Amino acid sequence: MQIDLRTVSIKPLRNTFDHLVRRFGDKPASRYQEGSYDIQADANLQYRPTWDPEHELHDPGRTAIVMADWYAFKDPRQYYYGAYTLARARQQESAESSFEFVESRGLLAQMDEATRALALAVLMPLRHAAWGANMNNTGMCADGYGTLITQPCMYHAMDNLGVAQYLTRLGLLLGDVTTLDAGREAWLNDVRWQPLRRLVEKTLVTQDWFELFVAQNFVLDGLLYPLIYEQFVDKHLNAHGGAGVSMLTAFMGEWHGETRRWIDSVIKIAAAESDANKALLTEWTRQWRGAAVEALSPIAQQALGDTAADVLATVDQSFNDRAAKLGLTL
Amino acid sequence: MDMQVKKKLGLKEKYALMTRNLGWEPSYEKREDVYPLLDYEGIKIHDWDKWEDPFRLTMDSYWKYQAEKERKLYAIIDAFNQNNGHLNVTDARYINAMKIFLSAVPSLEYNAHRGFARLGRHMGGVGPQVACQMQAIDEIRHCQTQIHSISNYNRFYNGIHDWKYMNDRLWYLSVPKSFFEDACSCGPFEFIIAIGFSFEYVLTNLVFVPFVSGAAYNGDMGTMTFGFSAQSDEARHMTLGLEVIKFMLEQDPANLPIVQKWIDKWTWRGVRLLTIVAMMMDYMLPKRVMSWKEAWEIYFEQNGMSLFKDLARYGIKVPDCVEQIKKEKDHLSHQAWTTFYAAAPMTNFHTWIPSDDELDWLSSKYPDTFDKYYRPRFEFFREQAEKGERFVNPNLPQLCQVCQIPMLFTEPDDPTQIAYRQVEHAGEKYHFCSDHCQHIFEHEPEKYVEAWLPVHQILQGNCFAKGDDPTAPDFNPIASVMKWWHLENGKDNGDFAGSEDEKNFAQWRGMATSNT
Repeated sequence: MQIDLRTVSIKPLRNTFDHLVRRFGDKPASRYQEGSYDIQADANLQYRPTWDPEHELHDPGRTAIVMADWYAFKDPRQYYYGAYTLARARQQESAESSFEFVESRGLLAQMDEATRALALAVLMPLRHAAWGANMNNTGMCADGYGTLITQPCMYHAMDNLGVAQYLTRLGLLLGDVTTLDAGREAWLNDVRWQPLRRLVEKTLVTQDWFELFVAQNFVLDGLLYPLIYEQFVDKHLNAHGGAGVSMLTAFMGEWHGETRRWIDSVIKIAAAESDANKALLTEWTRQWRGAAVEALSPIAQQALGDTAADVLATVDQSFNDRAAKLGLTL
Repeated sequence: MDMQVKKKLGLKEKYALMTRNLGWEPSYEKREDVYPLLDYEGIKIHDWDKWEDPFRLTMDSYWKYQAEKERKLYAIIDAFNQNNGHLNVTDARYINAMKIFLSAVPSLEYNAHRGFARLGRHMGGVGPQVACQMQAIDEIRHCQTQIHSISNYNRFYNGIHDWKYMNDRLWYLSVPKSFFEDACSCGPFEFIIAIGFSFEYVLTNLVFVPFVSGAAYNGDMGTMTFGFSAQSDEARHMTLGLEVIKFMLEQDPANLPIVQKWIDKWTWRGVRLLTIVAMMMDYMLPKRVMSWKEAWEIYFEQNGMSLFKDLARYGIKVPDCVEQIKKEKDHLSHQAWTTFYAAAPMTNFHTWIPSDDELDWLSSKYPDTFDKYYRPRFEFFREQAEKGERFVNPNLPQLCQVCQIPMLFTEPDDPTQIAYRQVEHAGEKYHFCSDHCQHIFEHEPEKYVEAWLPVHQILQGNCFAKGDDPTAPDFNPIASVMKWWHLENGKDNGDFAGSEDEKNFAQWRGMATSNT
């Protein structure tokens, strides 16, 4: 049954803005479209930026990737600010109840001391890696071209900060301030963490923002998240009474799965644009993957012991499969 | 059970662990390569740890609070649109204020978004980086919620059907465009003084009160709700602006003259930009909130001055331009509206001659100037219009090289004399509306010679519609430029009286309120 409620109906003069009609035809536009397409200034820019006089304020030339239309990068999640915050608010609500659940049932006490220490030794330095990812994504938002790709980079940056903050809470719950200090000390000085820190610092001085996207979002986090959150936390720790930790990092796993769809679409669209793009993306992916696997291997060793090499090989292999599906031949 | 007794962390301590504790000093790469933008403006920061967080908001709370606000806002926008809320505004002239708003403001918010992203990456400490990142993501919120609040007007009224395209081209929109592109092309410290301090802190009330209160006074619930929803974000942005200026001044005494110069420049740039807001308040809101002069007195002369008093202990002085602004407050809105009235064929909103009631209101709000200088002009315009000779300025106006506003301002001490300033630089002559714009130019001529001035561009032949031949005998340059702007002649521009907007609004309101 439908109840036939009526409102005064007036025929509008037009469906939506002209720039959207030119792209999608004369029909009503979604809020994602209205809030994202073409909204960055792209003509008659006024002054050369003092921080980069070689380029215009918004300039497609800040990367070697070439696109005929930078608005090809439709986000499969169609996140504009409202849709993004609503999605994250739901996730933080469930993260909040996980934290409450774990605390109230004393789930963390099920772990023995060695497992607890291992969990912290592996997870705490990653607060800093997440901060590096935050800086990189913020930088991509600043340097990128076209709102369709710069906008999700900003959301991604805030998510990276959220991850660092969930890890911080986890550390404080499982330990205390000295736990965070120990993680920091490992990040700065422990030999096992130096290759990763060196790699992260290298991303921080990488100039081409699209290469940085490949290095940070596609390659490094594409290897790190499966290794740490799927293999180490969800499998290894879980098997050793660490289900509580698994609950506390549920956000990271879910988030990685969701954002992967967006990252894959970016790589796929850019690679499909031209052979030159595909060659560049392949080259970048190859280089950064080699460096990332190397940097992650002492950490895998610390986390997984004897099985580390096999697990890392599996993670690497599924990353290569993923890259192949997106059109890269590594 | 967890038997450890943990030390309870204070809020400040906990927030530090959630933010600044995440950063580290790079050692594999040089600090100046990781943060390459910190030195070239001459600002000296010795200890980034001295930064005081202006607010403490972790991401989980940010998502939670912001999502609540978004839910409410979009529910109200949907209800407003579904119920044809646009027919409940005081009078269809009001919608022209929203046309200006959509044409100009979301692009400003957007540039603020990208500018703050740059700072979020390049500031030298996690504390200020995170604060700037939050502002970066808030600003895209404002850009999008503004578009979403106003997009329904586009479905029913003319003028904003191609707002973004026009923002990059239409003559008067180069004023806001050049303002923000100027700020974004500055280094990080000047940018944050320009936007975070001068614009957000000193002038933000003078944008928000007119538009948002204007919406509330005139029955525009969608825009009003956007404004109220943005208010708590703005409060955060203001505390950031203030914290930044204090931090810079406390770090090194050598920063003072640089900061003072920026405050002087950006206060003036901001006030010039507000000219159009002044006009909107005094002429375009059918139900007035207050006069521009009153708003200026409350929000600048009282609130703004008490801020400068606070900053006096650091050696900050009230900008010199304030004296001139004081003199202009009695004239600004009238000079702007007469200019737009005379340029009506070339704007994407409608203009009109104020009604008798409105003229009386203006007389009462501006007793020293309105009857003497401006009322006679409107009476003349009205006589001309009644004779069928509607007054139009046939010339393309000269623009100020810095603020890009047509030369419409008078000498501060002589309201009958248009102010012109001229400077020669590298063999070319440049023109300015005021001493202050001239000084800004003289300080950075290499920047301002790059300005994209719409009138110059038109005269150079860069703004004709594709396919039009300027050498053809029947070539009409103005028609061609309007076509290039995507301005629909006879619909988007000209008088409100007799416009399609006027006709449609009356007919639709009739349909919605009666049975005929």
